[in-house]
Amino acid sequence: MAENSAFQPLKLSRGLPVPMPVISVSQLRKDYTGRTAVNGISFDVHKGETFALLGPNGAGKTTTIEILEGYRKADSGTVRVLGLDPQSHRMALKLRTGLVLQTTALEPELTVAETATAFRRLYPDPRDADDVLESVNLGHMKQTRVGALSGGQKRRLEIALGIIGKPELLFLDEPTTGLDPEARRKIWALIRKLNQSGCTILLSSHYMDEVQALADRMIILVDGHIAAEGRPDELQTLHATHAVIRFDTQGRQLPSLPDELKQAISIEHGVATMTASDPAPLLHELTGWALQTGVDLSSLTVSRQSLEEIYLKLASRTSTAAREAAE
Amino acid sequence: MMLFEEAAHQLKLFARRPVAMFFVVVMPLILLLVLTQLFGNERIEGLGLNTAQFYTPALAVFGVVMACYTYLAVSTATARDLGILKRVRGTPMPPWIYICARILAVSVIAFASLVLVIATGALVFGVEIIWDRVPAALLVAVVGALCFAALGMMITALFRSAETVQAAASATIMPLAFISDIFVRPNSESSEWIPVIGNLFPLRHFSLAFQHAFDHAYEGSGFALPDAEGIVYSVLPHLGVMAAWGIVAALVAARYFNWEARAE
Repeated sequence: MAENSAFQPLKLSRGLPVPMPVISVSQLRKDYTGRTAVNGISFDVHKGETFALLGPNGAGKTTTIEILEGYRKADSGTVRVLGLDPQSHRMALKLRTGLVLQTTALEPELTVAETATAFRRLYPDPRDADDVLESVNLGHMKQTRVGALSGGQKRRLEIALGIIGKPELLFLDEPTTGLDPEARRKIWALIRKLNQSGCTILLSSHYMDEVQALADRMIILVDGHIAAEGRPDELQTLHATHAVIRFDTQGRQLPSLPDELKQAISIEHGVATMTASDPAPLLHELTGWALQTGVDLSSLTVSRQSLEEIYLKLASRTSTAAREAAE
Repeated sequence: MMLFEEAAHQLKLFARRPVAMFFVVVMPLILLLVLTQLFGNERIEGLGLNTAQFYTPALAVFGVVMACYTYLAVSTATARDLGILKRVRGTPMPPWIYICARILAVSVIAFASLVLVIATGALVFGVEIIWDRVPAALLVAVVGALCFAALGMMITALFRSAETVQAAASATIMPLAFISDIFVRPNSESSEWIPVIGNLFPLRHFSLAFQHAFDHAYEGSGFALPDAEGIVYSVLPHLGVMAAWGIVAALVAARYFNWEARAE
């Protein structure tokens, strides 16, 4: 019986079926003339998850999403969406997935309601247009021309169009880039609501706070490579190896800093920052120096590195390595 | 069904674009009124036509070309620039239905413009409609519309942005209209090589085949083969030239058409 288990890869030892991943990417590679956009990445997205691709511009996020959507062909590697090859089953996947592209694409002459109706008729079992517009908080703007909407309203309309066909999987390519904080938060609330209703979401973003707010799991993409992957809290535990000491210099020169502090400190916009795996010796020096010189440390904080800092560190480290490798 | 729904959708978009409405529907009418006033509605020397009888079918053809060639090309390229073609490609609508719906929509617009110009010619200037030639004239209009729609899709495929497509459309259609018996009445003093060059392109064949349906100097209903003296109204050679251009243009368009604004 033990040998048999090797032939049942879809069963866990407890006999429960392992659900097929909604998206499965293996060794995906895509080159454009003169540059590699995606360099052998692998990841799986499971049913009901919000999965994020985080990375700076040009990291390969859109290329990856557009390969999954069927717009582009992989150079090598395999991708499966809902168990299907996006190239050979494009129509079947268009019926079961929804998408919001990186750039807004709407007919400015139409009203909000007309736009929703125009998309609705393309799907076999669509949602009610009014319900969808209500769900993205555009119910009161049905008769407004699309050309008169704000950037955030246009993006919410595009999300409505993405979900009007009742997709099992929704691709959101940088849904909040270029929007103001309030508009971003409205879209976050909408994405959470969609995910709670059972829709699997693949999200790309270059905002750490967005990914932290929305994603169950994530990969950080830098120069077409996966620089880190996991749950946001896991990433923090794994990569936040340092503590960060901060205090406000209140714009003053710091008098007679001891050498240990001078080497560790960096001052930017009036905020002094020191990073160390063990903050105790630095804190000891710092407080001693403050007592002697009478410098005000009422703004002192000691914290673990934030995900944002980890992300920036990974992004710059990997891109430096890649640049050096290229030279 | 999806084809007709999408065509209706495209017609709604056209109706909300006043500039396009002006060029396709209003401008041929204005040209008809102005040119007929300018030259006086008298019999043209050497032809069995008066001025309005010449310009009415000529400008009806021009309206068809503005809809099927210029407007189709520019609106499709604009939609591509806006990312709308790419977005449509991500919906379950089959791409060929989307393209056919666009062509169907501009054909409906072309037909409306054509009927309007001819009705104006008939009501204002008393242009006579020779009813037994109407089937031939309609066939010419349909083949001409499809030929120029194919050419419109071809320039959309060959040029990248709406601006360059607009420039290409104007740069081709304006000079051709002058050498294809549309803006200028032919007269005996004009050079001999201009019609020869005009005959290489589909526009002159479209305009002649359609104009002869209104010209009493010709005989027959249009479906006979041409005779040696050239007095039989025959649309067949003209249809052949338009079909050839249309088929080649459609093949080029199908080969090079891109749904996204920039190729990588």
